[in-house]
Amino acid sequence: MSKIIDLSLSELVSNIKNKKISSNEATSAYVERSKKSKSLNAYNEETFDSALKKSTEFDLKPDFNKQLPGVPIAVKDLFCTKNVKTTASSKILNNFIPTYESTVTQNLWSSGSILLGKLNCDEFAMGSSNETSYFGNVISPIDKDLVPGGSSGGSASALAAKLTPATIGTDTGGSIRQPASFTGTVGLKPTYGSCSRYGIVAFASSLDQAGPMTKNVKDAALLLEVMSSFDNKDSTSVDFKRPMYSKDLSKNIKGKKIGIPKEYRVDGMSEEIEKLWDDGKNYLKDCGAEIVDVSLPHTKFALPTYYIVAPAEASSNLARYDGVKYGFRTEGDNLIDMYEKTRSAGFGDEVKRRIMIGTYVLSSGYYDAYYLKAQKVRRLIKNDFNNIFQKVDAILTPSTPSSAFKIGEKSNDPVSMYLNDIFTVPVNLAGLPGISIPAGLDKKGYPLGLQIIGKSFDEQNILNIAYSMEDKINFKFNLKEWWMND
Amino acid sequence: MTIDLKTVKHISKLSRISLDEEKAKKLETDLNSIFKWIEQLNELKTENIEPLSSIVETKLRLRKDEIKSKNIREEILKNSPDENKDFFVVPKVVE
Repeated sequence: MSKIIDLSLSELVSNIKNKKISSNEATSAYVERSKKSKSLNAYNEETFDSALKKSTEFDLKPDFNKQLPGVPIAVKDLFCTKNVKTTASSKILNNFIPTYESTVTQNLWSSGSILLGKLNCDEFAMGSSNETSYFGNVISPIDKDLVPGGSSGGSASALAAKLTPATIGTDTGGSIRQPASFTGTVGLKPTYGSCSRYGIVAFASSLDQAGPMTKNVKDAALLLEVMSSFDNKDSTSVDFKRPMYSKDLSKNIKGKKIGIPKEYRVDGMSEEIEKLWDDGKNYLKDCGAEIVDVSLPHTKFALPTYYIVAPAEASSNLARYDGVKYGFRTEGDNLIDMYEKTRSAGFGDEVKRRIMIGTYVLSSGYYDAYYLKAQKVRRLIKNDFNNIFQKVDAILTPSTPSSAFKIGEKSNDPVSMYLNDIFTVPVNLAGLPGISIPAGLDKKGYPLGLQIIGKSFDEQNILNIAYSMEDKINFKFNLKEWWMND
Repeated sequence: MTIDLKTVKHISKLSRISLDEEKAKKLETDLNSIFKWIEQLNELKTENIEPLSSIVETKLRLRKDEIKSKNIREEILKNSPDENKDFFVVPKVVE
């Protein structure tokens, strides 16, 4: 039998159910490896002792009917976990211990899984490289000095380095799909309204969605099945009949129409990405799908729209961090002075920048010119997708315009950093599901991903397409364990 | 449109984030480059387009106004940055 850490989530689940591996054996394997991998800086908070204790308790009274029986799992530090420090990688929440549990993580524990720890991310999920975290950069196991992507960078790094059998992230503009693409893993952003936002530290409420990050497509289907639920505690949670994604997974995509949007062939796109995309089309044809050229004319306006809408919502959401009810406080001469000093010392530069952008576009005299304008363009972007989904079942695009970049390479130029999310942001603006799967390597040997975008609540379809392609792509990455210390 | 230093300081006041001169100047540069890039939205005519504020375009659900959590005073105050555990304490507001 292969080593525990090499098993996929689904394989681990069946091994536990068949009593070939105990929860404690699995948990010990991941704890041991995580302890040897501190140089990746993937964890903000480790709950190894309590995980080991819970795994022993599970083994004494196992319930094999659960979907994730005794499976250890580390999660992004943006999900509130009861009595476990939750920081959103910000100084302002550095000492915050939630007294409640997010719905998505509760769904994991109710399915039998066990918390391994909280994973590093960009501060308040604002970033594409995990360089904005108060707790420092996360390193990608793919290569030294390489960013794992962001904002779910700790999640991607931990998953790719096999410190957790699967993980969960959040995606506001690409924060699951981009790091998945950078680390050769699978990342799914569900339809807005599929996974509850209750208990997730809010960034941009009309865009945020939680989703699975896994080693393969089948695992993503299984984890989505567990995470997704209707929740009264989230006013935008949608009550629809949720399929059993992993059971209904199928490789029959014959006759499916897949759109190739010409506007995603952006200026300066490398030959490698072109080839990756072409290969993707060929794999789909091999599976019996039909390729259709389509147009999403407002694509180039998605990023500037996003950089109005998301900061506007963020400036409003982050107004709660005032040093009064929880979190970090700097004393001041009076109340206003205390607010200003607390927020100045508590937030990092990127978060301040976005709060300032948001405050500006919502301020008197600029609201119509920026915020209202962006909401109108958002409608046009949504209409583009509605139109082509009359003709096609899904859309295929690259996940990112390039492979992972070096730490520090883009951190001085906000706009060049923002451009990284060019293929992922439109999906959030339109509230659609999107999945990134590893599809090849570039000249440097770094992973590249392809993205499949689906209609609202059509996750089963994009999972099936991804499942079929995964087989044909047969992605392999030779992970050298350079970061491990004994 | 350009954002001058005075505007940056005004936004920082509205955002309740204090800025030193150096940070304010850096933000002036950053915000100008970001807004210059955002200006491309003006290429689009949007007079008759309905703004989209939420992707889930249904009416918000109504629910009964019931108390579901009781006796959670301690929990609510638990993370208060001030040591006083009976109230949220702020600097003196009224003379």
